[in-house]
Amino acid sequence: MAPDRMERPTLAEGGQLVDHRDGRDVVLRLRGVRTQFGDHVIHDNLDFDVFRGEIVGLVGGSGTGKSVLLRTIVGLNQPTKGTIELLGVDTRTVRGRAERELQARTGVQFQDGALFSSLNVTENIIVPIREHAGLEEQTMRHIAALKVALVGLPHDTGDKHPSELSGGMRKRASLARALALDPEMLFLDEPTAGLDPIGASHYDELVRGLTDSLGLTVLMVTHDLDSLNAVCDRIAVLLDKRVVVGTMEEMLAYDDPWVREYFHGPRGRAAIHRE
Amino acid sequence: MAEAEPSIRYTTRAGQPVVEVGGSWTVFTLRGIRQKAAKALRAAGGQQQRLVDAKGLERLDTSGALEILEVAGCGPDTRIEARDKAHAELFGLVQKNMCVARPEQRVNWFAHWLEEIGRNAVNLYGQGVSLAAFFGEILVVFVEACLEPKRFRTGAVVRQMYEVWVRALVIVGVLCFLIGVVIAYQGVQQLKQFGAETFTVEAVGIGMFRELGVLLTAIIVAGRSGSAFTAQIGTMQVNQEVDAMRTIGLNPVEWLVLPRISALIISMPLLAFWGNMTGLLGGAVACTVYLDFTFVQFFERLRDNVGAWNFYTGMIKAPVFGAVIAVIGCFEGLQVHGSAESVGQLTTRSVVESIFCVIVLDAIFSIIFLLAGV
Repeated sequence: MAPDRMERPTLAEGGQLVDHRDGRDVVLRLRGVRTQFGDHVIHDNLDFDVFRGEIVGLVGGSGTGKSVLLRTIVGLNQPTKGTIELLGVDTRTVRGRAERELQARTGVQFQDGALFSSLNVTENIIVPIREHAGLEEQTMRHIAALKVALVGLPHDTGDKHPSELSGGMRKRASLARALALDPEMLFLDEPTAGLDPIGASHYDELVRGLTDSLGLTVLMVTHDLDSLNAVCDRIAVLLDKRVVVGTMEEMLAYDDPWVREYFHGPRGRAAIHRE
Repeated sequence: MAEAEPSIRYTTRAGQPVVEVGGSWTVFTLRGIRQKAAKALRAAGGQQQRLVDAKGLERLDTSGALEILEVAGCGPDTRIEARDKAHAELFGLVQKNMCVARPEQRVNWFAHWLEEIGRNAVNLYGQGVSLAAFFGEILVVFVEACLEPKRFRTGAVVRQMYEVWVRALVIVGVLCFLIGVVIAYQGVQQLKQFGAETFTVEAVGIGMFRELGVLLTAIIVAGRSGSAFTAQIGTMQVNQEVDAMRTIGLNPVEWLVLPRISALIISMPLLAFWGNMTGLLGGAVACTVYLDFTFVQFFERLRDNVGAWNFYTGMIKAPVFGAVIAVIGCFEGLQVHGSAESVGQLTTRSVVESIFCVIVLDAIFSIIFLLAGV
């Protein structure tokens, strides 16, 4: 038997198995990205495109650098090599005003919420609005109340501090903060990890609904096969320091030991072949 | 972001009041829109609208949609003519959720102030009760440990003693030495006026033995070790390590609290003794410089004129101070709940409380010693 590597199909532009661009804007474009810590190379020659209006799920085994990739894209980590273009702006060279504008157009939800613990939920949502838009206090409070309702939290959540919220509520509150400025691109790090299945599927519906009605583009790191199946338009898999992107069908047909194990293992089968 | 200014106009169409909005209504363009809208409304003579014409909008986001609905003074039943399907959906989404949004409650400052006082009083009471309960729990575990000495966790006690005693020697020594020098210098300066500068030796000796040596040591230990106890135990609380201990069947008081308290009760007298000695050394050095005393003269005068009870009174206080600092440090550590932020808050509180208690206790000891005549 020949080694797996030989049988891999050549990828289309942006790491895709089959080109799905379909004339859409490229919101996020990574070309030849290399990340390394010391001698340890995590990503090498990585190409990855995300198109406007879609939800892409990012998966990969432990230690393949999913979170590192996310941090690199949002600028918390400098890549060693390559270019990252987010909303048409090169994140490696952007500085000053342009950088602030870019930050206002993207939203990030961290794994455990990362809400500011000394502020209540309303104040947490107001922070980016005050910093970037500077509206009247009353207006900002109204906007914050709207965001709290949008993410499906009860209205009295606004007065609570993060330590008084459950894990699921913290995730929702963090999503509300990420949505404060109506960003074009949203990054979610393991949004459904630690939620019960009902909470997780409500969260999935919420993300899908907001994406469609607010015209968002979403990149989410997730291991939740139900989420991948239910809300993601395409799936990006980190393999051999690179990204391979395709729809669920393409992934199911893709011949790679890890991918096969992941999508055809008992959990994968249960989630995907349910209906 | 160069965006068109948001515009608003109140007009009448076929006898029906209409609000026309145009330009960009996004979170970045909304500053001052309320005044603009109020002005436009005054120009139109004030009216109640049931129709919003939003066909002229360029850009719109949720914040913009919310403001349009608010300045138009309309509720969930208002009709909106949107430019396209996307805008219509956005309005629909906001309209659906805005009725849930509730105006913020403003509380009268006096009521707020009263509420704060009440809340603090209740908290203080609760704190006192739980501190007493905690003290009781420690006593129970202590008695149990006395009946079964292997439960004293000698290893942990020794490790803690290394932290709170050995590693504090340098700082306590240096500070007490300097204070000894300072007292001797001031003593010489003041007593010289009466020609009684040799009494500096008594000033340094009695001051150090009775009060300064032990008090200074206690304050350093509260800042160094009391805070460390709170931070260590508090971090374990945040990580649920304390809960894990309980489920395994380990009593946190026995494993975390008792070793720390024992270590500090043993270490405080040792440290205070060390502080006294370095303080005397500082005084002796200062006296040789300012008084032309020799070391031998200094210590002979000390032996002859400063009674042993001066030394004992200080030493009696040391273990009590150590116990108080350790109990407060551990208690506040176990009070940590939820976030890492509360670790910081409670660490500060533990230091303030233990220094406060040490000084109050010192005053009580003074009264007791006065009554006892020592």
